[in-house]
Amino acid sequence: MKHKTFFWFILPTALAMLLFIALPIVSVITQSLFTPHEQVFKTVENCTPFKCTQSTTIDQEATEALREAQPLGRFVGLSIYLDRGHLAFGEVAQAWQSRDGFGDFFNKIGNLPFYRAMAFTLSYTFVVTPLLIILGFMIAVAVNSLHRHLKGLVIFFSLLPMIVSPLIGSLVLFWMVDSRGVLGTGLQWLLSNPDLSLKASTGLTWIMLMVYGVWHSAPFAFVVFYAGLQTLPKDTLESAMIDGATRWQQIRYVVIPHLMPLVTFVALIQLMDNFRVFEPIVGFNAEAHAQSLSWFIFNDLGGETRLLSSASASSVLTILGVAILLSPVLIRTWRDFNSKG
Amino acid sequence: MSSKAFKQPWTLRTASSVFVIAWLILAAFPFLWTLWGSFKVELDFFSKADWRNALTGARTMAEHGSSFTGNGYSGAWVQEEFWRAVFNTAIVCFFTVAISLTIGTLGGYALSRSSYRYTFWLLITALIFRAMPPITLVAGYLLPFFEWNLWGILPTTIVVLVAINQPFTLWMLHSFFQKIPKELDESAKVDGCTQFQAFRHVIIPVMWPGVITTGLFSFLLAYNDFAVTSMLLEKENQTMVPKIASFLGTTQTEGNVMFAVAAVVSATAPLFILVMFFQRQIVSGLTQGAVKG
Repeated sequence: MKHKTFFWFILPTALAMLLFIALPIVSVITQSLFTPHEQVFKTVENCTPFKCTQSTTIDQEATEALREAQPLGRFVGLSIYLDRGHLAFGEVAQAWQSRDGFGDFFNKIGNLPFYRAMAFTLSYTFVVTPLLIILGFMIAVAVNSLHRHLKGLVIFFSLLPMIVSPLIGSLVLFWMVDSRGVLGTGLQWLLSNPDLSLKASTGLTWIMLMVYGVWHSAPFAFVVFYAGLQTLPKDTLESAMIDGATRWQQIRYVVIPHLMPLVTFVALIQLMDNFRVFEPIVGFNAEAHAQSLSWFIFNDLGGETRLLSSASASSVLTILGVAILLSPVLIRTWRDFNSKG
Repeated sequence: MSSKAFKQPWTLRTASSVFVIAWLILAAFPFLWTLWGSFKVELDFFSKADWRNALTGARTMAEHGSSFTGNGYSGAWVQEEFWRAVFNTAIVCFFTVAISLTIGTLGGYALSRSSYRYTFWLLITALIFRAMPPITLVAGYLLPFFEWNLWGILPTTIVVLVAINQPFTLWMLHSFFQKIPKELDESAKVDGCTQFQAFRHVIIPVMWPGVITTGLFSFLLAYNDFAVTSMLLEKENQTMVPKIASFLGTTQTEGNVMFAVAAVVSATAPLFILVMFFQRQIVSGLTQGAVKG
């Protein structure tokens, strides 16, 4: 295709991405370097016939004028990144110097909001992703041996947890595990602990969110693996059987190697998606015990005081996290493309 | 299982059937439970006293004289004006899908037919954009949108959702167009068509399966989005998902939880129907990216 034709074909979509993805990134980076203006104070002398008093008031006009002139605020460099709400180098250094063993150090770090969000996001990502791959694989193998007519029905119901909005899905589960809901009451009865509430403890909240994550994403892994199983080479499987491989050995040495590229694919997609975990925290009302990076940004942006600078700094740090997570894929794609010529 | 050698022993068959049934219950039961419970009063849906109340609706019977009540629905749809949110969602979804498919098809087609190096860089950029959580961009939108008075209205949100949708749409359609043989449009060009005419008369008639699949996923993205819509829309213009989230803020008074339950069921129903009709396309769409794996 000629350069010119290509240009006109790609223009609308490129423009949309440029204006609403690339520029906002630039704007987010810029905003993270600025902070709102402080209010301008002026000193007024009030004189009564007997004595003069000086009082400091906010100069509304001057403040307004300053904000008008420089809507971004004042330049503060990287200081927002380093403050207590984000990377908090000062606090980290202090915790390191006054540490009382590593446990204590990590405890102190865990009290800093950004690191707490980071810890949850990373544990969620790296616990949920392998679990959902295993569960998805097991479902795919089990469904594959079902009768043909049942398969469609099973796939239909399996798609539901994945297709509904994460917020709705998490609400549906949340109402069930609520201490008054059916599963919550069931758990209380099972463990004979009438005060058990999954919302009350950090550990249980994390487990609840991760169970939700597996429930939500396992269908994706299932569908992909199921499609992969349809292309399984029958002859290899047969020869393995003739050579006396047990069922487990067939799965271990024939099925899994065949599905390996798909496992990589699912893992990459799910790492990206789990890293942005956000809606379940709102749905499960879990912000007291678990905060993710996305929720952290959302929280800064919401409410009356929109903390744009702080949210921008967190956004930039999150984007960096995504970039690190994604770098193996990018390198691989680059190699593939080069080898293709 | 055609061959006898592949036949499983009955223990294994039973075990795998039990496993599938357990998974089915896990996947479907929460939705059925919520659907059933949405017609009850709060004390039945959250019945600490006896869980069977949620099934029989004892309290609902006592309060309304019948074991089913539409109170949650009327409260949500009429009193809390959920219909407005449904209407907004319909507008947002329709325009997002229409616009992103239109510009995505053009772009995806161009990417699949050009072999220059920049196509690779465009696709990689799209991949990076696809990986970024949408919420990280919102901080960048707010200031300009406030400044130019664009905040809170539906068109802004539609345009933003279209843009966020583009990376995915491009990848999907690009891999789909690559499967359409190049000879088709090349022969049209030999016959004197311009590139656009070749696209218009040769490619468009055969591209619908791929476009429908991509459209389904664009629809789901617009329908399910919470991060962008909750930040960029003002209260009257909210779509369903942020509206449901705002119900939650006011759940303390009795009865309001059931509004949220009813709203959740109302918002799930269209998706249910969608999966019923387009199951094949959704499955093929999910696996399409994997083929390239």
